[in-house]
Amino acid sequence: MSSYLGLWHYHACILLMMVGLFAVISRQHLVKKILGLTITQVSVIMFFVAMGKVRGGTAPILETMNHDAVARQAQDVVFSNPIPHVLMLTAIVVGVATNALALSFVVRIKESYGTAEEDEVLAADHAASVAESAKEHSLESEAT
Amino acid sequence: MTPELAIQLALFSPCVGAVLVLLSGRWQNVRDTISILAGIATLYFVIRIAGYHADEARLALEVVDVMPGLTLAFEVEPLGLVYALVAAGLWPLTSLYAFGYMRGHHEKNQTRFFVCFAAAIAAALGIAFARNLFTLFLFYELLTFSTYPLVTHAGTEAAKQAGRKYLGILVSTSVAFLLFAIVWTYAVSGTLEFRPGGILDGKLNPALTPVLLLTFAFGIGKAALMPFHKWLPAAMVAPTPVSALLHAVAVVKAGVFSIVKIVVYVFGIDFLRQGNASLWLAYIAAFTVLSASVVALSKDNLKARLAYSTISQLAYIVLGAAIATPNAIVGSGMHIAMHAAAKITLFFCAGAIMVATHKTNVSQMRGLGRRMPVTFTAFFIASLSIIGLPPTGGSWSKMFLAFGAVDAHQAVFAGVYMLSSLLSIGYLMPVVGRAFFCRADAAGAINAHGADAAHGDAEHGDHGDVNGGLHEAPLACVLPLSITALLCFALFYFARDLYALLLPIVRDTTIGG
Amino acid sequence: MFGLLSTWSDWATSLSTLSEHFPVLVVVVPMLSAPLCFLSRNGRAARGISFFALLSCLLMVIHLLGRVLDEGVVSYRLGGWPPPLGIEYRYDQINAFVALIVAFVATVVVPFGQNKKAFRVPAGRTNVIYAVYLLCTSGLLGMCVTGDLFNVYVFLEISSLSAYTLVAIGAERRAMMSAFSYLTMGTIGGLFFLIGIGMLYQMTGTLNIVDLSMRLYDVSSVRTLSVAFATLFVGVSIKLAVFPLHQWLPNAYTYAPPKVSAFLAATATKVAFYVMLRIIFTIFGRERSFEQMNLDRILLPLSIAAMFMGSIAAIYQTNIKRLLAFSSIAQIGYMTLGISLDSLTGLVGGIVHLFNHALMKGGLFLAVACILFRLGSVKIDDMRGIGRRMPWTMGAVVVLGLGLVGVPGTVGFVSKWYLVLGALERELYVVAFLTLVSSLLAVVYVWRLVEVAWFSDPKPGIRMAEVREAPLTMVVPVWALAAATIYFGIFTEHSAGVARLAAAQLFGGTP
Repeated sequence: MSSYLGLWHYHACILLMMVGLFAVISRQHLVKKILGLTITQVSVIMFFVAMGKVRGGTAPILETMNHDAVARQAQDVVFSNPIPHVLMLTAIVVGVATNALALSFVVRIKESYGTAEEDEVLAADHAASVAESAKEHSLESEAT
Repeated sequence: MTPELAIQLALFSPCVGAVLVLLSGRWQNVRDTISILAGIATLYFVIRIAGYHADEARLALEVVDVMPGLTLAFEVEPLGLVYALVAAGLWPLTSLYAFGYMRGHHEKNQTRFFVCFAAAIAAALGIAFARNLFTLFLFYELLTFSTYPLVTHAGTEAAKQAGRKYLGILVSTSVAFLLFAIVWTYAVSGTLEFRPGGILDGKLNPALTPVLLLTFAFGIGKAALMPFHKWLPAAMVAPTPVSALLHAVAVVKAGVFSIVKIVVYVFGIDFLRQGNASLWLAYIAAFTVLSASVVALSKDNLKARLAYSTISQLAYIVLGAAIATPNAIVGSGMHIAMHAAAKITLFFCAGAIMVATHKTNVSQMRGLGRRMPVTFTAFFIASLSIIGLPPTGGSWSKMFLAFGAVDAHQAVFAGVYMLSSLLSIGYLMPVVGRAFFCRADAAGAINAHGADAAHGDAEHGDHGDVNGGLHEAPLACVLPLSITALLCFALFYFARDLYALLLPIVRDTTIGG
Repeated sequence: MFGLLSTWSDWATSLSTLSEHFPVLVVVVPMLSAPLCFLSRNGRAARGISFFALLSCLLMVIHLLGRVLDEGVVSYRLGGWPPPLGIEYRYDQINAFVALIVAFVATVVVPFGQNKKAFRVPAGRTNVIYAVYLLCTSGLLGMCVTGDLFNVYVFLEISSLSAYTLVAIGAERRAMMSAFSYLTMGTIGGLFFLIGIGMLYQMTGTLNIVDLSMRLYDVSSVRTLSVAFATLFVGVSIKLAVFPLHQWLPNAYTYAPPKVSAFLAATATKVAFYVMLRIIFTIFGRERSFEQMNLDRILLPLSIAAMFMGSIAAIYQTNIKRLLAFSSIAQIGYMTLGISLDSLTGLVGGIVHLFNHALMKGGLFLAVACILFRLGSVKIDDMRGIGRRMPWTMGAVVVLGLGLVGVPGTVGFVSKWYLVLGALERELYVVAFLTLVSSLLAVVYVWRLVEVAWFSDPKPGIRMAEVREAPLTMVVPVWALAAATIYFGIFTEHSAGVARLAAAQLFGGTP
């Protein structure tokens, strides 16, 4: 039991991720979908950050360049693992780029459809295709 | 010329012919001449190959290893040689016939027609000389796709419908069953080569042998075994030269030829006979023989009647292969040639009647014999060969098939052959009888299809010219059909050579003949 | 005279020094050419730049593949840091092969003629397209060649982000909505992939793929391992469009500009398939994936479902691009089937189908681009009788279509042969039979096109007489791919042969 409670930060990540995915699935407004995506991204980032943290560890910064001192310090001091944190810098950049791209799509969708609600956009597309096929039918009946 | 070169040239000359025909499409006469010349060249090379074969030269050609175990390779053996001779020999005649027919009918897209025709012949020769199952399968599919444009030639909705059925049945059986069987064979035996005595002996579980054999037999949809026979009547929408060469000779014979070849060189006769593995196939073939004959009796459209007759005759060959005794196998091989000569004559006649009088139904042909004596005499001779009466070639092959059945102690199948002969008298002779002995104006005198006839005549509205004098189809149509009719006679006298040619394929079997 | 000679020898030495760096240049050259394209402010110049960048890329990949085949694995340490600390670029039989496909298709597509109306980009700014295109190619190549799992993720996102952009520039406004849903699905897939990487790192403390696979041998925690496997697998499956996760694909391929569809269909899913192979066979290993995780029980039914659903959906489409997109889903099913058969022969089939499908689908989408260029429509109904007007294009469609069906003599037969043989070796008779039956469905949709193009009269209202054959710059690439479909169907040494080496390497365990 305590081992589960002790991993509460992972549970928090999972919760956050589910919140994000739920938003992506359930919201019709495209911007809200993007927000959901962002929450999911953040949950993954938190997961990595939590993973790198070592209990009682400090930032992995060497206080001196002296080799002996480095060795001594490495014995006494517990460092957090920096690599997952560094990886997340890249992931954050990717997330920002994704958001920017997604928002630009939404802007263009809003420009051409006049709405950013997914169901309305799909309905507009459907109506367009119905109208097109109706036009074709009338053309064919004219021809015959 | 080396033997390899002869094989290459035989395979290439139809291809070159196709390309030249395509290029010269604008000039009708040049195109048609090229088409005939390509046919004659092909025939010449095949005859050369036959000559080498008689000298017992090794005739093999390896082109390329596609994958380990899959080789594109050719080798000449007696069965394939017979098929190749039949296909290549009848091609120039059909080309000649096709000019008369196509021009007489003012068909569209004639260039496409001749190109696809040449491609189909190339594919047929590829099948004939295939050295392994892979090569056979490759050309088998090529033949299907190259004949599709010929079936849908008219471009009408009915033709497209028939084309769909044609392609649908042939491709689906070949992919779902034939390819499955081929891969299975490879998985079991590790090779796809055709070898005397077969490649499966001792490798395949005897309990599964009938399953594999049936998968092969149904996979080869071109053999038109019931229930996968529907494509053949559907393909009759094609112009008559197509029906004649492809759907009486090249395509359908490719099917039965493949079955015989697989029985002899993949399973091996001894292996098949051991467990009576082919009994089921024999029953299915016997059923096809009889039921197709009965259906043929009921068809009024001449081409449809001939189509069902073809289905029945093809099943003769499959039945012979399934009986798998030396006599039956040799009989099957002979029947490929005998039936080809006879059936192509019948189709030529049907086409000639159509060109000359625009009649397609048997019931409309009363009295036509007086106006088209050559055509109907040829029809009569070919009918004799189909029925299996001397002095025509068909009598020999049917005799050997029946002997084979008796050898295998399956007299019931000999009975099937005899019964089917009677039925074929029933569906072929009335055509001739009606044409010669009925008076054109005596509607309904001996006619069982009086109502149909009246209907048909009203439709065509050509009561007026029925009483005219001699009115044959163009010479380009009549000449080929006379030649093939004479061939039916000739084959009666040359049957010994054919027998001698085919005998080696069963030489090594242990079961006496 | 001597001066000239010495410059020449200088050149030669510098070229040989340069060839040391080919492994990284393959990725860097297109990536750095992208800003050049962006700055060129001219579509024509950008086209030239990207063509030469990709051509040099292609030549380098060919060189590297040759080296791999001669010497074995080529490893390159980025910045001189030794693995597993530093990032390693690693070429072996399989990824050099995939990189070759990507570079080849990317190069062929660039000079291909195009219709300006196919893009929703202001006139005079078409250079941007090439910049994004180069980035996408660079990302895909990077995914292939890198030996570092996190690096795979980064390149995955580079290629995906640029792919979303490429889809969004399609002419119709629907393109943007399909790009948006592609983005949503793709990002979620990427995140799943990232979580999986995190878990693997947590268990082993390394990101280098080879190192990872060795350290995973000692990991005993089955639960974490299964979760990591599941997230990685799902993440890649979304990118690959494995059957129930394929929803983004039809719209994206349908509304993207045809050139882009050709490029994406031939490369993006292929690289995703490669990553899946790496995860299953290299990182986790065959034994673990199949015997512990029971991968075949999941993937086999999904593959067969994809083969059938994809083909059946394709039959009912009225838009040729959509038809091809659904056919892609079915073909991806063949590839994953190759994995799920858990036999060497089956895996060869899957890998060789990766190559073969890239040829066929790339060619078909390019042919569609030709049709759109002249006819202005991609509706199948509008194409009635087009065979007579555009005989070369439609002839290529027939050849490529026969390849999809798997007619012997085309590449499709080679893949099918291996797949069916693999199934029979495992005595999965039903699977073998279903594989063959599903290819019959391909006959139906391919033959619909053939019948419409060659055996029908033009539709009223369509001025078929004004339609001409597409220009040479378009027909030649299409026929190059069509000819390759036949060539590699008969001479399989360089397709199936390499696939056999690659499969043996993957199947044997660690590379």
